[in-house]
Amino acid sequence: MTRIEFMQGNAASAEGALAAGCRFFGGYPITPSTEVAELMARKMPKLGGVFVQMEDEIASIAAVIGAAWTGKKAMTATSGPGFSLMLENIGFAIMTETPLVIVNVQRGGPSTGQPTMSAQGDMLQCRFGSHGDMAILALAPDSVQEMYDLTVKAFNLAERFRCPAFLMADEIIGHMRERIDVPDRVEVVDRKPFVPGRLPFEADDDRVPGFPTFGQGHHTHVTGLTHDARGYPVTTDPAMHDALVRRLVGKVEDARREIADYRVTNPDAEVVFICYGAPARTVRQLVADRPDDGIGVLRLRLVWPFPEHALAEFPNARAFVVPEQNLGQIAREVERHVRVPVIPVSKLGGELHTPDELARVYEEVRAR
Amino acid sequence: MTFTDWLRADRLPHIWCSGCSNGTILNCTLAAVEAEGWDRDRTVFVSGIGCSSRAPGYVATDSLHTTHGRALAFATGVKLAEPSLNVVVFTGDGDLAAIGGNHFIHACRRNVDMTVVCMNNLIYGMTGGQGSPTTPLGALSTTTPYGASEPAFDLVALAVAAGANHVARWTAYHVKELEKAVKTGLETPGLSFIEVRAGCPTNYGRKNRIREVTDMADHFRTRSMLKTKYDRLVAEGKPVPADAIVVGEFVRRANPAMGVAP
Ligand SMILES: Cc1ncc(C[n+]2csc(CCOP(=O)(O)OP(=O)(O)O)c2C)c(N)n1
Ligand code: SF4
Ligand SMILES: [Mg+2]
Repeated sequence: MTRIEFMQGNAASAEGALAAGCRFFGGYPITPSTEVAELMARKMPKLGGVFVQMEDEIASIAAVIGAAWTGKKAMTATSGPGFSLMLENIGFAIMTETPLVIVNVQRGGPSTGQPTMSAQGDMLQCRFGSHGDMAILALAPDSVQEMYDLTVKAFNLAERFRCPAFLMADEIIGHMRERIDVPDRVEVVDRKPFVPGRLPFEADDDRVPGFPTFGQGHHTHVTGLTHDARGYPVTTDPAMHDALVRRLVGKVEDARREIADYRVTNPDAEVVFICYGAPARTVRQLVADRPDDGIGVLRLRLVWPFPEHALAEFPNARAFVVPEQNLGQIAREVERHVRVPVIPVSKLGGELHTPDELARVYEEVRAR
Repeated sequence: MTFTDWLRADRLPHIWCSGCSNGTILNCTLAAVEAEGWDRDRTVFVSGIGCSSRAPGYVATDSLHTTHGRALAFATGVKLAEPSLNVVVFTGDGDLAAIGGNHFIHACRRNVDMTVVCMNNLIYGMTGGQGSPTTPLGALSTTTPYGASEPAFDLVALAVAAGANHVARWTAYHVKELEKAVKTGLETPGLSFIEVRAGCPTNYGRKNRIREVTDMADHFRTRSMLKTKYDRLVAEGKPVPADAIVVGEFVRRANPAMGVAP
């Protein structure tokens, strides 16, 4: 059963989080994400959860990590400047295998940039921004419905992999209001429980260890230092560090096929658009405007780990066109995997590409 | 049980230099926790980064060794998410007052129900002896080679002003008083802040003519003045030594607090 509502994207993300079992929110106000925090402030206490407005985004992510270790599902929401501040502790969450969700409603950068305007400029920052080698999970919603659905999914992925998951939204989707079907219940994945007798960071075949929740007598030491399976620091053993980092990266990256989440339109196409987030809406319009052209579309819902195998769904592709609200961040990733031309269609400043703009690029590429 | 049952035997020996005060302060804290009858299964130790912040790694409870300066923000998350857990934070002067200064005042303002023990050795120990926000004027460090020229923070005054319910200062010489102060902290709802003047012979003592451990103990003993005496001298208009380490309890109050177990 579902309930039809007319909802704002940011509100839908908060509702999705609550449905997924989120019971701790720590955050700091920032446009264009603030409505997520405001809704959490209203609803969390009624559900027996905790809302806390921290003194900055560094503290927000820190509190979220602390809460996660008590067994809570926890999240924060922010935008570029706040996301930049969180990076060190995102690395801590990766290293300590702490499940959590960060909603980044992207706005124009660098710096304070365009607080009220849309962008997708943090797609590489979320992937590579913290120091060291790492893997993360990143989803990109293209509708209010997906603000809800993909927030739920972000929690489920974070819990399964014990890894931060990012909802990489943008101002347009975050602030848009449209119809949404709110399900009565959603599928919820919980972190794997810790089995007493095992070591706290001893992984199973899926390379994910069971979660030794604080307060249950496991006496787990959690550190951002390179550690052994007991969780104890071992900082000068090259093999230990190598194995740990490869496990943390591998547990996510090696699942890329299984967890891939994308939509394919017209797989026989010669010209294929690759899109995610708000630009996907313009691409959808373009395809609808030109039904006879058979324009190919690969729409990514899960951007990281990048589903490189999905590119093979278009065996006739002569070119990939990638409209983004950045200077080609995902286009660059696509380039790594294909031999045909990749054409970034970058639009900065906050406005969506128009269907006409994409149509012109399409015609030009088709004529090549 | 004794306080040694709280130590992770399989992690000893510790990394601290001989003569370092950190072990003493850890022992005093664990003695207080043990005397208080806290349950090891329901107690979490949290820290940031520094020599001092290694302390939770030696405690046989759940422990969270976080990022530099952020211990109090992590601890706030733990305590607000699960108020039935007991939370103790170990931190250093750099961790708490430099990079973590903002979290310090806000944790005191929120008056989150936890006990914060700051091992204040007036120096960045772990990174090899750079000046910190508590390095006294004129003191030598690797980044103040001509003597510190910045005024130092008074951590206790900061905690009192920011709203902590219990604030005390002792030195690593005052083991009994320190244990008692920590115990009071554990019992006081709200944030308890205990500054402990700590000796770092390796990076502070060596440069500032307090080389031997015994010199450091003498230094703490002779420079310390009880707050009651200090206040009396001031009230009587009598001179007080400029380098006095004022020790004792500075505040104990019952202001509204967060994260108190129901
Ligand atoms: C973000 C960040 N900046 C700098 C450092 C390097 N660093 C490690 S410990 C430390 C200072 C620790 O001083 P203090 O908190 O007084 O602890 P002590 O070692 O004296 O006990 C610094 C600067 C770091 N780990 N992280
Ligand atoms: S450097 Fe100083 S603070 Fe660090 S362990 Fe050695 S004596 Fe202690
Ligand atoms: Mg220090």
